[in-house]
Amino acid sequence: MKKCLLVTRHKSLVTVFKMRFRNPEKRKNDFKEVSLGLTERQAVKEAGRCLQCKKPHCVAGCPVEIDIPKFISFVKEKDYLGGLRKIREFNMLPAICGRVCPQENQCQGQCILGKKKRPVSIGALERFVADYELTSEKTEIPEIIPPNGHKAAVIGSGPAGLTVAADLAKLGYDITVFEALHEPGGVLTYGIPEFRLPKKIIRKEIEFVKNLGVKIVLNWVVGRTQTVEELFKDGFKAMFIGVGAGSPKYLGIPGENLNNVYFASEFLTRVNLMKAHKFPVYDTPVKKARSVAVIGGGNVAMDSARTALRLGAEKVYIVYRRTEHELPSRHEEVENAKEEGIEFLFLSNPKEIIGDDKAYVKELRCDKMVLCEPDASGRRRPECSGEEFTLDVDQVIMAIGQTSNPILVRSIGGLNLWGEGYIKVDHDGRTNLKGIFAGGDITTGAATVISAMGAGKRAARAIDDYIMGRTVGAIHELPLQ
Amino acid sequence: MFKILHKKSLAPMVDEMVIDAPYVARHARAGNFVVLRLHEKGERIPLTIADSDYNNGTITLLFQKVGKTTNELGLTKQGDSIKDIAGPLGHPTPIKKYGHCVLVGGGIGTATLFPILKSLKDADNKTTVILGARTKELLVWEDRFRGYSDELVITTDDGSSGRKGLVTEALKEAIERVSVEIVITVGPIRMMKAVSELTKPYNVKTIVSLNPIMVEGTGMCGACRVNIGTKTRFACIDGPEFDGHEVNFQELENRLNFYKKEEEQSYNLFLRKTKRKVTSNETVM
Repeated sequence: MKKCLLVTRHKSLVTVFKMRFRNPEKRKNDFKEVSLGLTERQAVKEAGRCLQCKKPHCVAGCPVEIDIPKFISFVKEKDYLGGLRKIREFNMLPAICGRVCPQENQCQGQCILGKKKRPVSIGALERFVADYELTSEKTEIPEIIPPNGHKAAVIGSGPAGLTVAADLAKLGYDITVFEALHEPGGVLTYGIPEFRLPKKIIRKEIEFVKNLGVKIVLNWVVGRTQTVEELFKDGFKAMFIGVGAGSPKYLGIPGENLNNVYFASEFLTRVNLMKAHKFPVYDTPVKKARSVAVIGGGNVAMDSARTALRLGAEKVYIVYRRTEHELPSRHEEVENAKEEGIEFLFLSNPKEIIGDDKAYVKELRCDKMVLCEPDASGRRRPECSGEEFTLDVDQVIMAIGQTSNPILVRSIGGLNLWGEGYIKVDHDGRTNLKGIFAGGDITTGAATVISAMGAGKRAARAIDDYIMGRTVGAIHELPLQ
Repeated sequence: MFKILHKKSLAPMVDEMVIDAPYVARHARAGNFVVLRLHEKGERIPLTIADSDYNNGTITLLFQKVGKTTNELGLTKQGDSIKDIAGPLGHPTPIKKYGHCVLVGGGIGTATLFPILKSLKDADNKTTVILGARTKELLVWEDRFRGYSDELVITTDDGSSGRKGLVTEALKEAIERVSVEIVITVGPIRMMKAVSELTKPYNVKTIVSLNPIMVEGTGMCGACRVNIGTKTRFACIDGPEFDGHEVNFQELENRLNFYKKEEEQSYNLFLRKTKRKVTSNETVM
């Protein structure tokens, strides 16, 4: 175990997190968690740095509006479970959010201290109080709420769905969550690797939601196993769709279907959900490669690259068409990846995957790019420089984003959609169909865990309003077709 | 948990089981499949719903013991449970009154054909069924097929049942004899490829049911992607049935062989653990 200082550059500010990380040379060979979080002493000291602002900017930067100064004041006074209780008033998944939120763009990005020096490490403190409960065995048992006699269904057990379920259960609703896979958690389970978010943390947080009285039904593909109409007939008064944006995007270049070209979602699902890194103890295999190119610059790309490394690859490249400045990934993960020896090839755009005579990946051909004017996303648009280069790789992982999964959406007649099949909702998650609400990636396209949770919180309030008869529960009142 | 209500052996390496899965049974249509995981450490494999009973809430699955998972499934007994079953998945076969339909099945693929045959018959079609196998004892459900087909042709490689030869020869004769509206074929890739190549010059619409490797089976991972008329499609949500004249069979075969080494490793380990000897009757498909 080595204490490292992690230096990241963001918005031309140098932010230093005082977190402990495992030695890169050791950690890159296993799937155990990389970040060790704060010690108690570090946590109390860090909490002491908080200025307890009257008008806290950090809260405004939090998609679920946690009362951050208040929870930090509990930590300062060493009442860690008090701090956790405060967070749980707003957020049911603190151990998860403390680990995977892009705090540098949210709470910490707004912290007033960050203007002059480094902001309070809010994410690390959130994780600290959540982990304190996990290790101290002083589990907080939520109060049992008297049931209000209304049933609501949640489709998808990812961050959005779990948030809706927990918030409605706390109001006394009888909640059933339907999950298509054999394990709950959605992207937390199949997408985020063990070394970044241990499965036992997810299980523990889901356990907490279940303790609120939430039922989770697995292997239930709503739209196929049971239709939305049938759920309404079964007495569910409203439903929330939080099925995520799970369908992988293609690059559209030659060679995409060669052997050893993976979509990141398949590669990560094999390892995270099916435990392919433990093959043959577990039955699902994954191909170990010598030299791997991961295409993309988001969290999924970092996760894939670091997973490939842990499976035994000698060389792993991240191939990204813009520069380091535009990388959409969480900064901590970029730094972690670099420390582990992942090589970043910026301004590089893949144009062809070349296979050998047996249709296995042999090389990746890329264009060298230059940055031009900003595009619609505000990021500078890359253009071909005319130069190209070839990478000697035997595996390519495409991590260029996900789009909506049509399986449920297609099954609901008359549901208004936008873009590539995303559900159209208002601010509070109302769709155009009465009683059907939605939130998270299936409404926005691939985004973050916490933004999905924020959407879940708003939708839970809207569902409560609808069932209690305070609102109509649809953008425009239209009958279910 | 999904309980196995009945289980029996149909052919040397082929088992049939009836499973209690009321919600799957309620929505199962011809051409649908389920994804199944036997136990906590198991892999997720797709199996076609060979038959379903709405009233009893059961589905029937046929499987051929070719690798670790299917052999392990073969060891289960009546009364045992399967940990996970999700479905019904995939697009159902488009059923309507076509006129004369020819259904061509090979190996375990015949299981997939049976519900399609039933539905086509219910939609008032005339049906010719051609079933092929290496040898007589590998033929399954011949009697069930006979009950729903206007004409049933059996072909075996060794002539031990029906006529000696390949399904394509019988298909060619059928196409030349009567006006065939549609050919639906399920079986080994090489057979489906041969059938598609045969029907193309006759311009007969040909549907094939593809069986690529799947992981989750609900359109999320893309493991099952196939190349259809130069477009990438997912067999789990866009298929599993596609226009046979558009399928890139070579690519499908390459991708199916991708994990051969791991499959062998897993199977050998299983054999060592269960102390079973490798039987010679392993591969039909």
